[in-house]
Amino acid sequence: MTTEEQANAAIAKDQQSTTPSTEKTPPDKTDSAGAGGPIILFFIIGLIASLLVGWVVFPKLLYSQKNQPIDFNHALHNELVEDGCESCHFFREDGSYHGVPKLEQCIECHEEVNGEDPEEARFVNEFVAINREVPWLVYSRQPQNVFFSHAAHVKMGEIDCVVCHGHIGESESLPIYKENRISGYSIDIWGRRISGIKRNSWDRMKMDDCAECHRNEGVNQNSVQTLRGGCFVCHH
Amino acid sequence: MKVDRRSFLAFVIGGAAGTALSPLPWKVTDDISIWSQNWPWIPIPPKGAINRTRSACTLCPGGCGISVKKVDERVIKIEGLEGHPVNDGGLCPLGNSAAQLLYGPNRIRTPLKKIDGRWQKITWQDAISEIAAQLQQLRDDGSAHTVGWIAGSDRGTVPALFNRFLSVYGSPNFWRMPSIWDSYELALYLTQGTRSMAGFDIENADFILSFGSGLVEGWGSPGYMFRAKSKMRKAGGRMDQIEPRLSKTAAKADHWISINPGTEGALAFGLAHVIIKEQLYNRNFINGYTDGLADRFQQTIDGFPPEIAAKITGISAETILTLARDFAAARHPLAICGQGQGHLPGSLQTFLAVHTLNALVGNINQPGGVWAVPEPDYIDWPELEIDAVAAEGLQQSRIDGAGTGRHPHARYLLHRLPQVINASAESPLQVLFIADANPAYSLPDSAAVAKAFEKIPMVVSFSSYMDETSALADMLLPNHMFLERYQDIAGAHGFAKPIISLVQPAVEPRYNTRHVGDVVIQLAKELGHTIGAAFPWDDYNSCLEETLGDRWDGLVEDSFWVDDSYSGTQWANAFETDSTKFEFTNNDIRTLAAFEPVKPEGDEATYPLLLVPFDSMRLASGYIGSPPFMIKALEDTVLKGNDVLVEINPATAQQLGLSENRLANLVTPRGSARVKIRLTQGIMPGVIALPRGLGHTRDDRFLAGKGVNYNQLSGPFDDPASGYNAAWGIRAKLS
Repeated sequence: MTTEEQANAAIAKDQQSTTPSTEKTPPDKTDSAGAGGPIILFFIIGLIASLLVGWVVFPKLLYSQKNQPIDFNHALHNELVEDGCESCHFFREDGSYHGVPKLEQCIECHEEVNGEDPEEARFVNEFVAINREVPWLVYSRQPQNVFFSHAAHVKMGEIDCVVCHGHIGESESLPIYKENRISGYSIDIWGRRISGIKRNSWDRMKMDDCAECHRNEGVNQNSVQTLRGGCFVCHH
Repeated sequence: MKVDRRSFLAFVIGGAAGTALSPLPWKVTDDISIWSQNWPWIPIPPKGAINRTRSACTLCPGGCGISVKKVDERVIKIEGLEGHPVNDGGLCPLGNSAAQLLYGPNRIRTPLKKIDGRWQKITWQDAISEIAAQLQQLRDDGSAHTVGWIAGSDRGTVPALFNRFLSVYGSPNFWRMPSIWDSYELALYLTQGTRSMAGFDIENADFILSFGSGLVEGWGSPGYMFRAKSKMRKAGGRMDQIEPRLSKTAAKADHWISINPGTEGALAFGLAHVIIKEQLYNRNFINGYTDGLADRFQQTIDGFPPEIAAKITGISAETILTLARDFAAARHPLAICGQGQGHLPGSLQTFLAVHTLNALVGNINQPGGVWAVPEPDYIDWPELEIDAVAAEGLQQSRIDGAGTGRHPHARYLLHRLPQVINASAESPLQVLFIADANPAYSLPDSAAVAKAFEKIPMVVSFSSYMDETSALADMLLPNHMFLERYQDIAGAHGFAKPIISLVQPAVEPRYNTRHVGDVVIQLAKELGHTIGAAFPWDDYNSCLEETLGDRWDGLVEDSFWVDDSYSGTQWANAFETDSTKFEFTNNDIRTLAAFEPVKPEGDEATYPLLLVPFDSMRLASGYIGSPPFMIKALEDTVLKGNDVLVEINPATAQQLGLSENRLANLVTPRGSARVKIRLTQGIMPGVIALPRGLGHTRDDRFLAGKGVNYNQLSGPFDDPASGYNAAWGIRAKLS
């Protein structure tokens, strides 16, 4: 600031304090022009920092990473079995879905080590030999308050496994299980993209995804048993 | 560049805008909502294959078939077994709650021995060796007869093993827990000459005259009675209930006839009087297949014309006349007796009187009638070799005096055991085994029972739970819970067909428990000689399989065997009396003490009220206490908080100055308790009622301290005719 400016400023200040104006004085142009740059800058810094935290740091912090107890090669197994996915992920006689195979099914082939893979040897020694169930981490595990019938979707709706579960059946190794630190469920429910944008039907498993398909397929929106609509179709 | 307030605010606003444009708030909100809907501390039952095990329930003598629903190897629900002849899919609240008895916290998990008043773990081998040593010592001392055994039942292979053990060891002291079936068996034996079980073809009756029997409150096999009663009612059958209290059964009946408690026999004789005088009886049956009616009339029935019966019972003579005529006019009238669920044997003459009514209308072994169902005879084990010591022991008379002297017909007089022990300087029982029974809770005068049990040097309980009897025991050898074991159930109380049900394990035993049958076999083998030789089986399961023989495979498949074609023996062959006829009287009946209403204990001046117990399907009152599910379902007209409600007529309450919900002190000659007052018109003035099944003192946080055990307040009364406990209530006062 020059001396003249300083003097002007002092006079202006003096005027403001001594003679209160009846009309609202517009903000000091010189002053606002002087701070305008930094304010926008700080706004932008705040904006960018929070965007970075929200889009980059937060997703990393939100999930813990866990390895499956045994690595599993779906592709290899798929070649050896006759009935595709249902060879191991089968329906019981009463129509209920067995889900992830138990030791009982694995033992049918893996009573003893029959391959070269060290993971198989580990599986046989650490689980089969002592009859301990493998604590598989299930990517598609839904909360307890969600009712889902595989029979209705796969048998009656004739929906292919891939529609919801993607191409896991062709994978040679199991993806890392990312567990949400707050909810405790797998990242695959919300989707691996934090934005929630999905490109494939199997990218997400949220309630909206169920609803979307039900709407698109023209599924009866009411429960067959209770004739009530909405929530009670899937939530008990 | 200066960071002033405005810059800071700009930074915060930018941050807020950026945050809003990032997924963070929306994702966190979503995750928190999922987290809060699924609190991590709430247990989530694991998923698995649903499967079922067919079995049978042992929690009461009802003999219901059950279907145990499991997820993998975890029991989740007990349902009635569809197609089972007794309950056909129905089940009582106790059976429904059995999973809580399997997984609940009150199981005894390992054998225990009481040392200086504290429970110490002991191995099975040590426990069996120690008991065997004690038993051997008694035999060596010539005191084999001082060993006793109390069981919940005397039918089926498990009680048969107990009996066999006692016989070959040398003691006559076996007891079955008392019930109305003692009196029913004896009434059938005295009139028909057969040792048989009373069965009731309820579903085909068209008029049920119930002398206080709780048809929908657990009398007989609840699983059968509920179903059969509904069928009978749907077909238009009539039901009259005679008791001083408006029970659920009375509420469902066509007529509730309030009677002075304990006078049911006088009413039955009064009805018989009318039927005979007016010749309304079944001539075909009376003339062709019975004997002694005239004698019995002269001897007893003649003393009960309607006017006299009316005076005793408090029921008008006209009502008695009408009731008798209606009963005799029905096509399939059926009279039943035994108070409530039938825990008290009652007066033999009353049972004979009610049985007389059925005989008068010819409804013996007929559709809708009372059937003498033959006792099961599938247990055919090798003859016992009784050695000299055992022979001497078996010569001794029973401690309770049953089968001798004044009570030649009684088989078991367990209610007398505490008196006998307490009256002796040294306990006449040195070792007492108890299985499937909780006598310390169920026998009248709990204080006397506790005193007696404490006097017995060694009490061994096989209970799976820490119950009142276990608490008094010296050694606990926990049996597998019934969902973990095999066992046969012979017959079902009140069911009219011969039936065997098979209890099959639904899950592996959870704890270090052992089948009581195995323990008996091991104990016998430890004792060796003739005793060991009497038990040739490796274990109980092989004994059971061998005993059931050809029936085994079918029983494993169906879990029951029934003689479906059985429809009651024809009259011509049904009676095994001297005359081969139904005998209204004979030498045995003539020598019985005559009918007289049983007087309640206590003097009227001090105790002006009559206290009677009542039963409810929502309360387990047998050897198993109510599981938490049942306590939850209990109405607050029975239990409020921890206080039991005593039912009293408003008129009586007014006289005593008692008001609804007031706490009062209930005193009887045997004990006292704190109760709450419940005013109800559904009870006769001067009579008060307490539910059975409460007041447990066991170590059970769901059950202990709730209400009062009726048995703490009551005492036994020896029936002059049979010796069984004929007490139906006790005098009491409320203040």
